[in-house]
Amino acid sequence: MGYPHSHPLEVNTLLSRHFGEEDARTLEGWLARDGYEALRKALELDPDAITGAVKDSGLRGRGGAGFPTGLKWSFMPNEPDGLHYLCCNADESEPGAFKDREILRWVPHLLIEGCLIAARAIRAEHAYIYVRGEFFPFSRILADAVVEAYEAGYVGEDILGSGWSCDITVHIGAGAYIAGEETGLMSSLMGGRAEPRVKPPFPAQSGIFGRPTTVNNVETLAAIPMILSNGADWYRQWGTEKSPGTKLWCCSGHLTRPGNYELPLGVPLKEIIYDVCGGPRDGKAVKAVIPGGSSTPLLTANELDCPTTYEGMLEAGSALGTASPIVMDEDTNIVRAMRRIAQFYAHESCGQCVQCREGTSWAAKILHRIEVGEGSPSDIDTLYHLCEQLTGRTICPLADSVVFPLRSSLDKFGGEYEALIGNGA
Amino acid sequence: MSEEVRGSISLTIDGVAVTVPQGSTVLQAAERVGVVVPHYCYHPGIPTRPAQCRMCLVEIEGQPKLQPSCVFPAQDGMVVQTDSHEASLARRSVIEFLLLNHPLDCPICDAAGQCMLQDYAFETGQLKSRYAEAKVVLGRDRIAEDILYFGDRCILCTRCVRFMEDVAGDNTLIVAQRGHTAYIDTFPGRDLESEFRGNIVDVCPVGALVHEDFVFKARAWDMDNTPSVCPGCSTGCNIDINVTENQIVRVKPRYNPEVNAYWMCDHGRKHLVMANRGLRTEAPLIRRNGDLEAVGWSEALAWTAERLRAENGGSAVTSAGEACESLFYLRKLLSALSVGSGTFRVTTGEQATLSGFPRLKLRSQRAANVAGAELFGFEEAAELPPGEPGKLLVVMGDRLTEVPEGYGARASFFLYIGSHLSTATGNATAVLPVTTFAEMDGTFVNHEGRLQRFHQALQPPGVARPAWMVIGRILSRLGAADEASDVQSAFDAMASETQPMEGLSWAGLGLKGATLSEAGTPVLAVD
Repeated sequence: MGYPHSHPLEVNTLLSRHFGEEDARTLEGWLARDGYEALRKALELDPDAITGAVKDSGLRGRGGAGFPTGLKWSFMPNEPDGLHYLCCNADESEPGAFKDREILRWVPHLLIEGCLIAARAIRAEHAYIYVRGEFFPFSRILADAVVEAYEAGYVGEDILGSGWSCDITVHIGAGAYIAGEETGLMSSLMGGRAEPRVKPPFPAQSGIFGRPTTVNNVETLAAIPMILSNGADWYRQWGTEKSPGTKLWCCSGHLTRPGNYELPLGVPLKEIIYDVCGGPRDGKAVKAVIPGGSSTPLLTANELDCPTTYEGMLEAGSALGTASPIVMDEDTNIVRAMRRIAQFYAHESCGQCVQCREGTSWAAKILHRIEVGEGSPSDIDTLYHLCEQLTGRTICPLADSVVFPLRSSLDKFGGEYEALIGNGA
Repeated sequence: MSEEVRGSISLTIDGVAVTVPQGSTVLQAAERVGVVVPHYCYHPGIPTRPAQCRMCLVEIEGQPKLQPSCVFPAQDGMVVQTDSHEASLARRSVIEFLLLNHPLDCPICDAAGQCMLQDYAFETGQLKSRYAEAKVVLGRDRIAEDILYFGDRCILCTRCVRFMEDVAGDNTLIVAQRGHTAYIDTFPGRDLESEFRGNIVDVCPVGALVHEDFVFKARAWDMDNTPSVCPGCSTGCNIDINVTENQIVRVKPRYNPEVNAYWMCDHGRKHLVMANRGLRTEAPLIRRNGDLEAVGWSEALAWTAERLRAENGGSAVTSAGEACESLFYLRKLLSALSVGSGTFRVTTGEQATLSGFPRLKLRSQRAANVAGAELFGFEEAAELPPGEPGKLLVVMGDRLTEVPEGYGARASFFLYIGSHLSTATGNATAVLPVTTFAEMDGTFVNHEGRLQRFHQALQPPGVARPAWMVIGRILSRLGAADEASDVQSAFDAMASETQPMEGLSWAGLGLKGATLSEAGTPVLAVD
């Protein structure tokens, strides 16, 4: 297989089964892999039955928040008085995450199938796939697949003779992290700035063009076809009661075998880092891991025994997020790592909320000063103060995102900050 | 107080119970009990509420986080603390954030003294900044031909962008870039040309947007502020005139939901600042031995009255920008002298509508009191009356521009009652210097019959007096009417003899005006 790494734990690859197989991208190759069978089944079901099956499977949103997918779908009005929209969030921008990209790249028809089934469930007749601007080659692959599916009658008018129609539009973003936040995404899709807005109204009440809309992540939608084909019980054989199924893990940082792995939810984080990814390079020790993408609290080497479920990671004081552990070995300068993360969020802040606009860049500047040895002891207090005022004060959670890793680094690696400040004094 | 309205909700704000209509926000409910929740991005006249400045965060029992009161709906039984420890801390923190990259140039900022950032910064008392980093410097830009943008002072509340888009229906203004380097700009390749763009300066809560003709001109605390009515067209926008050293330096719209809401047009602003320029009449002039000669008021009035006694019939013209009181007294004078109806001419221009508040238009009739002139029997005419040779000619207010040479020279008596001198006034038999609307008290009737008060903002030049006063004194010398010594008595005399104004008094009219009704009972505005 051409795909970089695989591991014995990956016995049940579901989403990633065809990663690395170039012909799976084509309609012919996809049909040869039993493609669009789930769609055929969905076309015979009524929308509520599809939603019911997804509810029973316990599938949770893979975009980071882990909201139950079936429940989200059920917020859509049952009796449409006009258009409904499905929006697939393919604006994967979280530092550390590279799972949606792989789905677009290897199995675009799986995503198309998932979108169609979801659209049917929420009574939408138009699905937008909002692809991150930087994913140019992958959006081409997806667009080619959409064209092929249109030509073969899987998308568009009267799909497979069912009488049901659904369009799919691939929309390419202009490159903004905040377009990954659902209301920011919708604003960008409608031609505005990618700026989140206050909820309510929630997308299911007023979304794209003011119509009821459901926004789902790529990986979430890609899991729909197999759930529909095989049933909720089948899906629940992996994972736990609250976190069923499998999950794509994006492992990066100082690892021997970094990469994308599909694992059942619940595998201890330590196993993923050491057994699956071979631990840090050159026999070094782990210093810290940011387990769920850069916006989650970091864990120290002693805190890695937690099960990788939504609930287990919360209990460990972090979050599953996008399941994208960034591993830092013993040589890592934590202050430098935090400075880089803070700079990212400062750069990506849309600038609406004062705290986020000014606070993220202030934090980045303070961290930079400490890093270059010009910190002062009061900087630690100021950083803690920033953490307090950036939490829960803004329209969207971007400001919170910088606080999670920053506060945990101050708590757990305060000594490193003090050492650098000491040097500077 | 008012009875319980159907669909009303009761809640507690800072321990005070309040009942508000369904659909009110927490911020509006707080306003009801006199609690002002500090805010920047929220503006009552701009429909979109992004809740992005995060200044109006309040603590609501049962809510896990502080909530933006400008959008959070008031609900029955809600308990709100606008000034709880956490809410105050959050507000203090927003101010600290806003000041990080702010240049603190209050000493040279035109908004100083009227700045919401300055006010709240003082309120939170943060005298020392913890910010040890270099400030982001954006500099100054011209955002429209007559408006400057000081990017460093901008707090990105986006009121200006949203006013233009939501109220003026013009999406030229945008937020450019993002995060801490964002700033306000025009869309590439487009200019901000809306006839209503000046309002972005008024909605700016800080000193980021300033009219270029006002910049560095006056300190807020040095200006006198007079409530008035814009004379620029027949809409009659309510305005405040800002004066320093007897010069109008700035005009701002004054809230009146029945006329102009929070807005006014740029034509009005510019018109006003220019209103008092030009060659002014400063002393009464009478023609003796062929020449106009400056004399005192007593002599001028006695001399004029004496000669008018001999007149019978003639023609008259007024400006449609004169106060109702002046028009009333002029009508009396014309009746006493058996002069017919009289005319006025009006400059016209292109109409412009404020799409988000269509009641406000820059109307094509560019005069404040067309309806008033008609009410007192004057008729619109394209041309000035040529004046019958050997008969009386009375001109009030019309500046006599673009008139033929020798205009009025053949009249038996050419009485000019006006504020400005022109070539034609050189032909007058008597020139009586009067005030402009900015130098007197009086009333105008707007296009929909609303009678509105305006007030004296400037000292008149020389011995100029309001026209109603001057004409009243001539009338009393002719024995035709009592003179009025102040605007109240002039108004009362007018109202008692003018049927649609019956029952109105100067004091009762207030600052929001009343609608004249043909049936006879005027409708007073409700605040």
